[in-house]
Amino acid sequence: MNRHTLDARRLLCPMPVIRAQARVAQLQAGDILDVVCTDPGAKNDIPAWCRMHGHRVLAIDEHNREITISLEVGSGE
Amino acid sequence: MAKQQYKAVALLSGGLDSTLAVRVLQDQSIHVEAINFYTGFCVEGHTHAIRRQDQNKVKRNNALWAAEQLGIKLHIIDVIEEYKPVLLAPRHGYGSHLNPCLDCKSFMVGKALHWMQEHDFDFIITGEVIGQRPMSQRRDTLPVVARESGAQDRLLRPLCAKLLPPTLPEREGWVDRERLHAFNGRSRKPQMALAQHYKITDYAQPAGGCCFLTDASYSHKLADLWQARHRRDYELDDIMLLKVGRHLRPSPDFKMIIGREEGENNFLEGYRHAFIHLRTPDCTGPLVLIDGQPSHADLELAARITARYCKNRDQARVRVQITPPDAAAWELDVAPLAADAIPAEWLL
Ligand code: SF4
Repeated sequence: MNRHTLDARRLLCPMPVIRAQARVAQLQAGDILDVVCTDPGAKNDIPAWCRMHGHRVLAIDEHNREITISLEVGSGE
Repeated sequence: MAKQQYKAVALLSGGLDSTLAVRVLQDQSIHVEAINFYTGFCVEGHTHAIRRQDQNKVKRNNALWAAEQLGIKLHIIDVIEEYKPVLLAPRHGYGSHLNPCLDCKSFMVGKALHWMQEHDFDFIITGEVIGQRPMSQRRDTLPVVARESGAQDRLLRPLCAKLLPPTLPEREGWVDRERLHAFNGRSRKPQMALAQHYKITDYAQPAGGCCFLTDASYSHKLADLWQARHRRDYELDDIMLLKVGRHLRPSPDFKMIIGREEGENNFLEGYRHAFIHLRTPDCTGPLVLIDGQPSHADLELAARITARYCKNRDQARVRVQITPPDAAAWELDVAPLAADAIPAEWLL
């Protein structure tokens, strides 16, 4: 298991999802990706995208307008 | 032998029509996955993510939300770069503003065709309805999209299929043409009835169209950008900034982007590294970005305008701080410009 970070700050919906989608495609099942963003829309969009593509949201943390969504990459189905 | 399950890729905006088109095919046991193309102009989270007064509204991507309700996968695809030639030189011209709808539709269906081939899907569906939109959804333009995209008869429009010649999926019996629809015109009643039938109650209702290019004021600002730069081009940051703040052009040399409230100021802060910015250090006021090549006199005028929008606008003098992206900040002490001294034509 490897842990990675994706900087999606200042990007507006749906760019954080697009960037997360591209990054996840390069990772292995079980890897963890921390997506750091500032658009509050990502709090809904990234979990929705994860649910439909079989990835798991582990945590959503928010500090000073910065949101970190940690997700575990699923096996692809 | 089990019946083969056919696969369709849907162009899903999250609006009612594309949602219904998917639902109609799901009813016929077709496996559907959706794609949504992000051009940078899509009416989506941006504006409500920025303005503070809208912070409490539910922020969600319409297409993602609709796909989840439909129980299908959605793939959001970044086409920002590839979209540029579509917008900058549309073969079929523009609609009422800078919306190149016919070229845009052909482009998107063409991209969907690629995706279909790469992922071994069988056909493409869209929520188009004959006569619904003046440019891209006319009886004579629907075939243009099928032809110019290259999708030909692998493009099925479930909501108006019965008014069009049978497509491959219909002729081959992958879908039952009888259970498709014959919607026509601008009335939304048949869609509402079908939504009720499927118990779909919550869907996005974009006014005008699916993107900012159908908006008069947005198109005006984009045309101004091209004119000021003497070239028709844009970067993602340019088109994002056109959605935020009050835009004033006091001279051909420069434009001001003025934050209207805290949320917009916060957003504009993210661009300080690339633009000269102005603010009023002694009181609450806007963050102002300067786009262009202002002279010293231009900056003095910009400072007076900035002062006009700050809390101390009624005072005789206001201190304005001017910070270039790569140099130290300096200050001007100015008289705020009177509200009626800002000509209406400056406002973009
Ligand atoms: S409204 Fe915008 S996104 Fe929709 S077809 Fe026209 S140009 Fe394309």
